Amino acid sequence: MEARLQELKNEALEKIQAAQTVKELTDVRVAYLGKKGPITDVLKGMGKLPAEERPKMGALANEVRAEVTESLEVRMVLLEEQAINEKLQSETIDISLPGRPAKTGNPHPLTRVVEEIEDLFLSMGYEIAEGPEVEKDYYNFEALNLPKGHPARDMQDSFYITEDILLRTHTSPVQARTMEAKGGEPIKIICPGKVYRRDNDDATHSHQFTQIEGLVVGEDIRMSDLKGTLSVFAKKMFGEDREIRLRPSFFPFTEPSVEMDISCFKCGGSGCNVCKKTGWIEILGAGMVHPNVLEMAGYDSKRLTGFAFGMGPERIAMLKYGIEDIRHFYTNDVRFLTQFQRTEL
Amino acid sequence: MLVSTKWLKEYVNTQDLPPVELGEKITRAGIEVDAVIDRSEGLANLVVGYVTECAKHPEADKLSICQVDVGGGEIDQIICGAPNIAQGQSVIVARPGAKLPGGMKIKKAKLRGEVSNGMICSLQELGIETKLVPKSYAEGIYVLPEKAEPGTDVLSYLDLDDTVLELGLTPNRADAMSMLGVAYEVGAILEEEVSLPEIEYAEAADSAESMLSLEVDAPEANPLYVAKVVRNVKVKESPLWLQQRLMAAGVRPHNNVVDVTNYILMEYGQPLHAFDYDSLGTGNITVRQAKEGEKITTLDDTERTLSAHQLVITNGTDPVALAGVMGGANSEVSDETTTVVIESAYFASDSIRRTSKDHNLRSDASSRYEKGVDPNRVIPAAERAAQLLSELAEGEVLAGSLIFDQLDKQERVVKVSPDFINSRLGMKIRLEDMLDILSRLKFNTEAVNNQLIIEVPTRRQDIQIEEDVVEEIARLYGYDEIPATLPRTDATPGGLSPYQAKRRIARHFLEGAGLLQATTYSLTSEAAATQFALEPTETTRLLMPMSEERSILRQSLLPHLLESLSYNTARRIDSAALYETGSVFLKGQDELLDEQEHLAIVMTGLWLDHSWQGEKKAVDFFVAKGIVEGLAEKLGLELSFERGEMDGLHPGRTAFILLDGKRIGVIGALHPSEQKKRDLKETIVMELNLATLLTRETEALVYTQVSRYPTISRDVALVLSNIVEAQTIEGVIRKAGGKLLKDVRVFDLYEGDRMDEGKKSLAFSLRYFDPEKTLTDEEVNAAHEKIIKALTESGAELR
Repeated sequence: MEARLQELKNEALEKIQAAQTVKELTDVRVAYLGKKGPITDVLKGMGKLPAEERPKMGALANEVRAEVTESLEVRMVLLEEQAINEKLQSETIDISLPGRPAKTGNPHPLTRVVEEIEDLFLSMGYEIAEGPEVEKDYYNFEALNLPKGHPARDMQDSFYITEDILLRTHTSPVQARTMEAKGGEPIKIICPGKVYRRDNDDATHSHQFTQIEGLVVGEDIRMSDLKGTLSVFAKKMFGEDREIRLRPSFFPFTEPSVEMDISCFKCGGSGCNVCKKTGWIEILGAGMVHPNVLEMAGYDSKRLTGFAFGMGPERIAMLKYGIEDIRHFYTNDVRFLTQFQRTEL
Repeated sequence: MLVSTKWLKEYVNTQDLPPVELGEKITRAGIEVDAVIDRSEGLANLVVGYVTECAKHPEADKLSICQVDVGGGEIDQIICGAPNIAQGQSVIVARPGAKLPGGMKIKKAKLRGEVSNGMICSLQELGIETKLVPKSYAEGIYVLPEKAEPGTDVLSYLDLDDTVLELGLTPNRADAMSMLGVAYEVGAILEEEVSLPEIEYAEAADSAESMLSLEVDAPEANPLYVAKVVRNVKVKESPLWLQQRLMAAGVRPHNNVVDVTNYILMEYGQPLHAFDYDSLGTGNITVRQAKEGEKITTLDDTERTLSAHQLVITNGTDPVALAGVMGGANSEVSDETTTVVIESAYFASDSIRRTSKDHNLRSDASSRYEKGVDPNRVIPAAERAAQLLSELAEGEVLAGSLIFDQLDKQERVVKVSPDFINSRLGMKIRLEDMLDILSRLKFNTEAVNNQLIIEVPTRRQDIQIEEDVVEEIARLYGYDEIPATLPRTDATPGGLSPYQAKRRIARHFLEGAGLLQATTYSLTSEAAATQFALEPTETTRLLMPMSEERSILRQSLLPHLLESLSYNTARRIDSAALYETGSVFLKGQDELLDEQEHLAIVMTGLWLDHSWQGEKKAVDFFVAKGIVEGLAEKLGLELSFERGEMDGLHPGRTAFILLDGKRIGVIGALHPSEQKKRDLKETIVMELNLATLLTRETEALVYTQVSRYPTISRDVALVLSNIVEAQTIEGVIRKAGGKLLKDVRVFDLYEGDRMDEGKKSLAFSLRYFDPEKTLTDEEVNAAHEKIIKALTESGAELR
């Protein structure tokens, strides 16, 4: 019986080492250590042994069982690890395949420009004022020092709906309305919005476009404050090393009136195709609010003064991104729109 | 305004500044120089030639063989194709080696067997626009008006060695619409004096009054009228210098009489008109308002019907000119004219503007009258005309003028304190610097008690108030000198309004959901204006649209957005998802329109395309619905949907969107016929009143404690008639569910073959929850049973 146990042990250990998979090894365990296995059989036969031999044989049998079990476990760890490795091996993917695209849209380039300008002035304590696109002649022209028959109305051929109602030609009526509503109180606003002019659409003209204007009214607002504000704007919007220059100009609602150029952001001022070799790019019109405009809105122009400025986001976007045709903003070609996805920060 | 720098030097010393530099100085001081045009650009080696012989080319009808004296004793043979070439002409010759604009180089050549040593030039070949070339030379070569020394350099002889500054004038600077006005501006910038033309001429013994009478019946519209009579004029071609100055200024030369009036228009900014005295026939000029329906044929050969508010010049009975706009054909100066009447007048700007607009007729004269001419130049301009006509047309100027004068020619006085100027500018300009600038501008100024008392010359009608003086001082002192400061106002918080902030949140949500923001036009066609409109009203049409396509204000964003989709699919971009926020324009109670901010979404093609992993999903109703629901959730609102129909949308796949039971939008699949019309595949659209969403105040956000107790799920699968909507069943479940029912969710829909005709299977997952304790099976079963009972009572079968 002792020899039989030794024999079984050797046989089992051999098979354990021979097992190549977890399954084979499990079979070995069932075969040798199971309830119907040969070791169990041997132990069942202990009853036939003389009583004094039984403890010795019992100990031996347990020893054999323990030895086989241990070997089994060691082998099992090894085979399991091997199995995992094989599985991992088989699960290898081609990491170069494209990922599942995350759905992302993006703002229109004009919104992008407008929002950038809005945020800049919001951080300087401005509010955003909005108004109707279909406007009264009074707010669009008269309240802005453009009485009926004023020569400067030539400059703004307009879409009239009736004699007194038209599609606003600029966002300035929002300024007039805000001043009227504020009843003589100080103001710091910017007014973005759509405007309309009787132009034929081509690469540089659009019958519908956007504007963004600013207005500050308060005690002792000076032209130097306008220059300083525009300088901050130019640097934040177009780069810290931008310089600005003001040129005299004319708008009926401001006096003095200026146009602002910035040093070319492409060539830095040495002259290139963006600035048409001048080193300067015209960006916006501005000026000190005309006293007639203040008075018409109920402000005492002797006590309060103000400045206003206005610009075209289309022009800024065209300059900034090198867009050659204003009509791109309104055709919504996906190949155009998706280019304004990424940040520039 | 085109300013010849060569001509300008006659009035002001331009310090020999290179034209580009002069232009820059003018721009920086306030009048923008749009272009600096070198008239000699591309021209070289052109000389005056004298045609000594001219014979027909034996081999070509249209060619002439000319022998041309080109100076230095040389006679060259040149073949010329111009019809007006003739012996005895002084012409412009481009000799071999010469250059013409556009890079053309002249070489010795043979034409039909005859040698040609160069080319005889037209003005167009020298780069002058056809519309400026005198009519008699428009079809051929230019013949110099006087015999010139052969071999003379053409550039200087024709004053082409000149640079023209093109001024972009703002409406306030009407004063710079004349050479003298520009001279005053340049004089102020360069600190130079202006020299005015010296007017001297001999007068005849007879007086103008002996031939002509004048009556003005409309003193408001015509407060000043001057007429002079010049007799025995010889109408002919103007001398070269005059023709060239006019061409440089962009005016076509005609004959000496007309040219003189145009020259003075350019020089003084004062429009003049010359009448043929004999054609007037009455020896009378009467200025009056037109009679309603009265007719005149103007110089452009157009018959015009007049209205009573228009001003006319008459011969006492019939109109002979549309005052200040254009002369009449019946009194036009012709080659036969011997006596001319020169008119110099002041017409009120609004009268001229209206007339010019009525007839859609703008002339150099009307554009100056519209902006206001200088009252103090009306009479000198008439004198200047008399002088030039006596010099250039050998005319005999009758003594005196006929003058009607009720015009205020007083200079305006503006008072302003130096402190005011400095406080507006934020600067500290010294008094003497201010006085210096004002004297450069030729504004007579007195400084009294810290006050500048300024007499503004009448040529500067734009200087009216203190602020105008601030600008004059600042622009000549230099805008670069203004410091950069920030407003010294109290700090203001600023920021977006809740509406504006929520609009941004909505936009960012939609972009995050995968939509591209689009922008379309507000103006559309009659047909598109109300398509897909939620609450269509009467349409709003422009008085003067540019085209039918852009004549009406839109009432829905969808038609143009769909056009954008078609634009893309036509370019083989099959999948696109766009959104737009913008106004629609409805007729309202107010005189202004009811403008509502809307949000619209259009999507076509694939919503999801990840083909290599087998994931591909076309857009459908539920993709759009999910976005709308997500947006509402983001804004803290709850929307509901009810089945509906709208023209252009699929009748079975359309729903109205409701907020608190009120319709605020529509969502649906585009009708197949509409898709076909627009060349689109399956397309989903959505539009809602964004303003309603954004103006709704949302409740404060309060945290709910996250419960320690679990939720318990039960599923229920039902067989239903396929017309029963999920939201109806969900309603039954929620109603019967009691307070333990936390959540109901559709998890399966089956409408396939294994179902009976007209039936579908719908399965819901229900979650039960009690925030106070762990629910027992018994409690859940009891609640669930109640729901099952309610469902079966409502006609649903359990599956």
